[in-house]
Amino acid sequence: MIQIDSVTKRYPDGTVAVDELSLEIPDGSITVLVGPSGCGKTTTLRMINRMVELTGGRILLDGADIHAQPVNALRRSMGYVIQNAGLFQHRTIVDNIATVPRMLGWDRDRARKRARDLMDRVGLDASLAKRYPYQLSGGQQQRVGVARALAADPPVLLMDEPFSAVDPIVRKVLQAELLRIQAELGKTIVFVTHDIDEAIKLGDMVAVLRTGGKLAQYAPPDELLSAPADAFVEDFLGTDRGIRRLSFFTSAGLELTTAPIIAVDSSAAQVAERTKASGAPYLLLTDTDGKPLGWTGPAAAAKGGAALSVAELLPHGRPFVFGKESLRDALDCAVLSPTGWAVAVDDGGRVVGVTSQTTIAEAIRGAHAERGAAGSPSASAKAAAAEAAAVDPAIAESKAAESKAV
Amino acid sequence: MNAYFDMPSDLQHSYLGLIGLHLREALLPVLFGLVVALPVAQLCVRFKWLYSPVLWVTTVLYAIPSLAFFVVLIDYTGATETTVMIPLTVYSLVLLVPAIVDGVRSVSPDTMAAATAMGFGPVQRYLKVQLPIAVPAIFAGLRLAAVSSISLVSVGTLIGNQGALGNLLADGQFYHRTPLIVTSVVTTALLAILVDGLLVLIQTLLTPWAPRGGKSAGKGAGKSGRPSLLRRRTTSAAREPEPAAARAALEDAVR
Ligand SMILES: Nc1ncnc2c1ncn2[C@@H]1O[C@H](COP(=O)(O)OP(=O)(O)OP(=O)(O)O)[C@@H](O)[C@H]1O
Ligand SMILES: [Mg+2]
Repeated sequence: MIQIDSVTKRYPDGTVAVDELSLEIPDGSITVLVGPSGCGKTTTLRMINRMVELTGGRILLDGADIHAQPVNALRRSMGYVIQNAGLFQHRTIVDNIATVPRMLGWDRDRARKRARDLMDRVGLDASLAKRYPYQLSGGQQQRVGVARALAADPPVLLMDEPFSAVDPIVRKVLQAELLRIQAELGKTIVFVTHDIDEAIKLGDMVAVLRTGGKLAQYAPPDELLSAPADAFVEDFLGTDRGIRRLSFFTSAGLELTTAPIIAVDSSAAQVAERTKASGAPYLLLTDTDGKPLGWTGPAAAAKGGAALSVAELLPHGRPFVFGKESLRDALDCAVLSPTGWAVAVDDGGRVVGVTSQTTIAEAIRGAHAERGAAGSPSASAKAAAAEAAAVDPAIAESKAAESKAV
Repeated sequence: MNAYFDMPSDLQHSYLGLIGLHLREALLPVLFGLVVALPVAQLCVRFKWLYSPVLWVTTVLYAIPSLAFFVVLIDYTGATETTVMIPLTVYSLVLLVPAIVDGVRSVSPDTMAAATAMGFGPVQRYLKVQLPIAVPAIFAGLRLAAVSSISLVSVGTLIGNQGALGNLLADGQFYHRTPLIVTSVVTTALLAILVDGLLVLIQTLLTPWAPRGGKSAGKGAGKSGRPSLLRRRTTSAAREPEPAAARAALEDAVR
């Protein structure tokens, strides 16, 4: 655990970058520092590894003051990842990653072997090992930066806007990878960003700082969205925080119906019967595997399922994975669907049911009622696990385990 | 052919002997310059306030004509090679200090931050990160120093015939043997081109990490407040090495 205890940083020119900041950063989880530019995020992060010396208060690492050990030993126990990776342009990728192990006295072969293992772990192809940084894309360089920080297996990882210089698609991939790696390694990560969406996606806890280095709110992301402490935090969260909070509600309890679903090999009689039974103007046609093909209009009643050509169907839009993706995904599918109905599928992409916007709205009301508008911390930990499930089941397990431990 | 390569006896050297002498008088000063410039540059990087006075002094030194230098020095070191090599060392120093300082400073703050965060101390940071990354900029300075040194050695003729190929030039004029003048000028130019090419080769071998074309080196060397004279010379030499080097050598040799 890292305890930041009424820490102040006043730069020599008189700028107070951080003012009486207190935070407890729990072990084995991701704590995000977020806030507008110049609010003291980088300063706070750098005070932890003493690249910036605090001018007031103290920081404890596992109960011991960070000044209790030699500064370079402290730094080597903390990986550090920055925006443009900051790779050593004159060293190959494998030697970049092996830097800290080599400094710790590992022999060259062992350090290189470790570096290659890490390249694999962060998703870098082994063929890149002998390249130089300029021969890599920005996203690849950032992965090298992460691998390099992990090389000596430090318990703490400090990350300063590591993904803000890559394009949005690569950023999403890197975020998901970070969650995957974190599920495997369970580091204590302090992550700085100015992007509130990134904070909510990655953070187990989020600290919102305001300009002048003051803590505005420190809470799990779900609680941040449901109960912003003040107008500043609310403003910083943006206008659609209600919708975004739905990411923390699982779709597992959503009521589905199978009535309007019909297989492509059905006869005309079966189609007519289904139309009458469901009372819906549309039927969802599936292939023989149960995968969705599209929605049929009223005309379908006259013909058999097989007689319909796929071209005549209305597109079914993106389906959501039932129980794994959140109510936000379900709502999004329904809103984008030409029929207003969302299609729920299982892991294999087979239809398990459909649900209407009205039903989703009821589920949202139900979820809110159950949790209360403020959202208790335990509920939000669960919600975080549920959201992570959308990315990877392994992460969900580890996060659930974590929330139990906390 | 003999008209070109028949050395007058007062030179006391064969053609190849003259070349060896010329290279020694030209390149030893560059080497001394480098040895002195490295710590001076390091001091300038470490103590930022030091850089502008150092730059000022070196620029003034650069502005002193070599002849004036010789006249002052001759009282102390006599009409010897040393008298020729001291000013050349100073000129090399003048070119190398800003090149090294700029190269070291061109290391990105991100890279420096990463090094610090990994537990590199100041000395390790300098030796293992800043200096290796500054190699292209240092070589830009070295090439310039070597080429101008090669052309300047000829001036040594004026103090007790210590000008190597410059002595040949003077003899050519004295005996009205134009071919000797041609030999001297062309050989000096060729030496400059060859040495420059050799330095480029060494640099390429030392920096397998640099993008082809050495663009990053040019970026590092071109920046920051240096007297315009030096900046112009450095950048033009870095951009179009061979023609500029050859031209400078020829101009100086003819003069
Ligand atoms: N070395 C310094 N000397 C003086 N003031 C500084 C120094 N470094 C940062 N500051 C000031 O301290 C404040 C906080 O800076 P910091 O870099 O921590 O902000 P940040 O939250 O990381 O911003 P950004 O999102 O833009 O990176 C700013 O007002 C900045 O100008
Ligand atoms: Mg910052």
